[in-house]
Amino acid sequence: MKNTPLLEVDNVSQFYNNRRILENINFKINKGEFCTLVGPSGSGKTTLLQLIMGEQQAHTGNISMSGFPVKSPNIDRGIVFQSYALFPHLNVLENVMLGLNLQSRNNKVEHKLLLEKTFHYLSLVHLKDHAYKYPYELSGGMQQRAAIAQSLIIEPKILLMDEPFGALDPHIRDEMQVLILDLWEKNEMTVFFITHDLEEAIYLGTRVFVLSPYYQQKENKKSRNQGARILLDKKLSTHINSTEIKNSPDFFSMVSQIRNIGFNPKKTRLVDEFNTLHDQTK
Amino acid sequence: MLEKIKQLREIDKAKKIFLATIPFIILLMLYSLASTLRHQDNANDKILPSISQMADAFYIKAFVKDRRTDQYILWQDTFASLKRLAGGIFFAAILGIIIALHIAMLPKLDMLLSPFLIFISMIPPLAILPIIFIAFGVNELVKIMLITIGIFPIITRDLVLTIQKMPKQLITKAKTLGATQAQIIYTIILPQVTPRLINVIRLSLGMGWMLLIAGEAIASTEGLGYRIFLVRRYLAMDVIIPYVLWITLLGFLIDKTLYWISKNKYHWYCKT
Repeated sequence: MKNTPLLEVDNVSQFYNNRRILENINFKINKGEFCTLVGPSGSGKTTLLQLIMGEQQAHTGNISMSGFPVKSPNIDRGIVFQSYALFPHLNVLENVMLGLNLQSRNNKVEHKLLLEKTFHYLSLVHLKDHAYKYPYELSGGMQQRAAIAQSLIIEPKILLMDEPFGALDPHIRDEMQVLILDLWEKNEMTVFFITHDLEEAIYLGTRVFVLSPYYQQKENKKSRNQGARILLDKKLSTHINSTEIKNSPDFFSMVSQIRNIGFNPKKTRLVDEFNTLHDQTK
Repeated sequence: MLEKIKQLREIDKAKKIFLATIPFIILLMLYSLASTLRHQDNANDKILPSISQMADAFYIKAFVKDRRTDQYILWQDTFASLKRLAGGIFFAAILGIIIALHIAMLPKLDMLLSPFLIFISMIPPLAILPIIFIAFGVNELVKIMLITIGIFPIITRDLVLTIQKMPKQLITKAKTLGATQAQIIYTIILPQVTPRLINVIRLSLGMGWMLLIAGEAIASTEGLGYRIFLVRRYLAMDVIIPYVLWITLLGFLIDKTLYWISKNKYHWYCKT
C-alpha cells in the first residue's frame, strides 16, 4: 500500500447533454504536493473538481482516495470555494469551529480544547481580532481567510480550492497566495488548486496541470465533440514568501509556453505529442 | 460638523413622522365632519357615532366590569382572540417548518408532497370552514385549526423555496466538515431559515386575523370577532369601530415586535 497515491483520477470522461466535457483524464497526486490546475474558462475545471468532491459521479473511469473509490463529499476532501461559502448565521469563530463541533460530543473539557484549537487556526489566518464578527461584516479577503481556516481545522487529507482568489483585488490576491503557501508548508498539506490565472498556477504549484479542449485527435482533423484533456503535467519549483519571482524572465517564458499549449484555440497539437509529456509523472 | 449631521438627521426624522401622520389626521377630520353633519340631522344617529361616543363605549368595554359576566369585556375578548391566533400560527409554523425542511432535503418527499401542497394551498380556507365546523364541532381547537389550515401551506411553500434557493455550496461544505444528514437539516439549514419564518409569519398575520374573525363570528362566546358580530345586531357602531381599530393596532404591534426580533436577533439575515 506504500505506493498508493493519495488521489488517483483514472481515465475519467464526463458528458453533459451528450456533449463531451472531460476526456480521458488521468493523474495521480501524492501526499504533500501542491497541484494547480489551469485552463481556459469553460474547459471543465469545476466539473473535474465536482467529480473529485463526489458531488457528481464520473460516467466512465474511476476516482479514488488512498485506493478507495470516492462516493460523496466527506471530511477527507476539504473545499474552499471562490464565493467563500461561509455560514451567514455563524460568526467567524463559530464558522471555523463548526467542523470540530459537528463531530464533538459536547462536553465542557472537550469544548475548551476545541476553542483553543480554533483560536490557533484563527491566528494562522490572522483573524484572531475578528473572531466575533459575522461574515457580512468582513471584506472578501477576510472571508476567504476564514473559509480557509474553516476547511483546514479538521485536517483534510487534501484541500481542494476552486478559484479561491478569483474574486479578490490583485494586492490582496498576492497576500493570499503567500499565505496559502505558508500554510501548505507549515501544515504539510496536500492541495489541489484550480485557477484560470496562469501566473497564479505557476507561482503556487509544485506541479501544474493544463486542462484544455484545444488539441487534435488526428492530424488536420478537428473533432467537434471533444472534451478537455490534461495537455501538460509539469513539475515546478516553489518560491515561498516572495511574489518577486513573478517578474523574472524564466517565469515569463513559462507563462507564454503554457498559454500556447492550453489557451490558444488556433494552435493545436496532436494527441501523441503531449501524451508522452503527460506520461512522465505516471 | 458631526453635530450638524446629527441635527440634520433629526430634522429628517421629524419630517418623516410629520408626513406619516397627515393621512391619519385627514381621515379623522373627514370622519368628524361626516359624523357632525349626520348628528345635526338626527341627534340619535347610530351609523357614524362621534369620537367621544366611541371613547365612552370603548371605556365601558375596557374598564367597567360587565354586570352579567363580572369580566372586563375588552380584555376578555382580546385574550381569547390572541390565544387562538397565537395557537393557530404556532401550529402552522411548526408544521410548515418541519414539512419544508424535509421536502427541501429529500427529493422523493418533494415529489410525493409538493404537488399536493400546491393544490391544497389553492383551497380558500373560508370555503371549507363549514366542513370543518360540521366535521369537528365548534370547540376551541377547531378555531385554532382553521387558522393553521389556512396559513401553513403558505409558510411551507415559502420556506421550501427559501431553502432551495440557498447556495448548494453551503451543503457541500457542511458535508466536507463532517455533517450528517440530520446535522445538515437541524444545525445548518434550520437556523438559517428561522428569520425567514418570522418574515412569513408577518406576511400571513393578515390572513390569520381574517380566519380568526370568521371563525369567531360563526361560533364562539367570546373574542374580538365574536363581539363585533354580536353588537352588529344593535347597530352598535360605537363599539364596532373602536374594536376594529383595536384589532388593527394589535396587528400592527405584533408585526412591529416580530420585525424587532428579526432585526436584533437575526441581524445577519437583514444584511445578507
